[in-house]
Amino acid sequence: MCLAIPGKIIEFAADGGSRATVEVAGVRRKVDLGLLQEDMPVLGDWVLIHVGFAMSKISEQDAVDQMNTLRMLGESEQAMQEVRGYGLERE
Amino acid sequence: MKFVDEFRDAAVINKTAEEIRRLADPSRHYRFMEVCGGHTHAIYRFGLKDILPDNVELIHGPGCPVCVLPMGRIDDGLSLAKDPNVIFTAFGDMMRVPGTQGSPLEHKARGMDVRIVYSPSDALKLAQLNPDRHVMFFAIGFETTAPSTALTVLRARAEGVRNFSVFCNHVTIIPAIRAILDSPDMRLDAFIGPGHVSTVIGCRPYEWIAKDERKPIVVSGFEPLDILQAIVMILHQMRAGEAKVENQYKRVVPWEGNRAALKAMGEVFQLRPYFEWRGLGFISQSALRVRDTFDEWDTEQRFRVPGVRVADPKAAQCGEVLKGVLKPAQCKLFGKECTPEHPLGALMVSSEGSCAAYFNYEHRKAALTSLSWPA
Repeated sequence: MCLAIPGKIIEFAADGGSRATVEVAGVRRKVDLGLLQEDMPVLGDWVLIHVGFAMSKISEQDAVDQMNTLRMLGESEQAMQEVRGYGLERE
Repeated sequence: MKFVDEFRDAAVINKTAEEIRRLADPSRHYRFMEVCGGHTHAIYRFGLKDILPDNVELIHGPGCPVCVLPMGRIDDGLSLAKDPNVIFTAFGDMMRVPGTQGSPLEHKARGMDVRIVYSPSDALKLAQLNPDRHVMFFAIGFETTAPSTALTVLRARAEGVRNFSVFCNHVTIIPAIRAILDSPDMRLDAFIGPGHVSTVIGCRPYEWIAKDERKPIVVSGFEPLDILQAIVMILHQMRAGEAKVENQYKRVVPWEGNRAALKAMGEVFQLRPYFEWRGLGFISQSALRVRDTFDEWDTEQRFRVPGVRVADPKAAQCGEVLKGVLKPAQCKLFGKECTPEHPLGALMVSSEGSCAAYFNYEHRKAALTSLSWPA
């Protein structure tokens, strides 16, 4: 729950809402960008995701470092399980 | 040591550890509390304790949302799951946390509709997919997860979803730190501030710790080097006789926090007059409830919640461990009646709980060492 998962924004929702598709280590899921309203990311930006919501923008290097940290903490599998779980397995 | 050796910055880490040894006055003992459970996990996992000098002691704080939730709230939430019309949803971390009648997972095994969600928005989606049933989301977490719950409630209202409600157990970090500082059996020199909570609240809310309590606090990231650097920054302050709020985790934490997240929280939640924390007792204005204007999405308004209060098992010393008064292994039940496989207290369930972290890394390591001793 308290995992911060780095993801890259690859597509914005077609309905103009605040949802976007992110890619996390090859897995694509929709997350909510509503908490970044005051500093909206653009396509290709990296964000840190908590429970399906992007909470902050980060650099690509920080995203790589964060993935490494999750791996070293033994939490990367848990993080991927969380990401796969977003959207109730429905795209 | 093992995990640090594997770390890509082993040389830098060793250099930073050397700096800590240089800065720490050998004639005194330092007690720094890492507030966040994520830090506690990292500290054990990376074996940071082994590379710190003996007189720099890290005390584990209350920043594990699952751990601080009193058992009565779990019972309260699960009591509603007995209604066949209700779908009980919660994060995976909650599923093995014991209530008096068992954990959510055990309730599921008894046939109740208990489901894991990874995001509050998925609980909302579940409600939309099941219009004939009521989906309650058992919300837990500090300010890291509270904004997501808030935004989900705003979406539920905007989309007119009325078969969805939040059983709100969100807590706030500042009153917990205050309660610890007010505790007479606690002596701390400084704090390692939480990383992700600060992404939301920023660094300003900590200023009273520096100004009024004269204790340094450094917000830190979660890599081993981050935590060691935060300790260096604390020691520099102490040597200079200063007490300031500093931000080691600037690459993620803005000084002012996340305004959109704070706004969503402010719109949907209000402070409860008081809330019970496991181990810390009742702390005033330390938790959030759904505002009256959002009654329709507040489980506690829509259902009759029993309001159960359950004392922790007498022998378990979760409270003392949560406050940092006892180390996990000093609890009488640690590693005996209470293990990650059969947790009696929540600190043994979550990877962020200090008991689980201690058990998984220190205790197992010690057991392995003693096993291999004769060879």
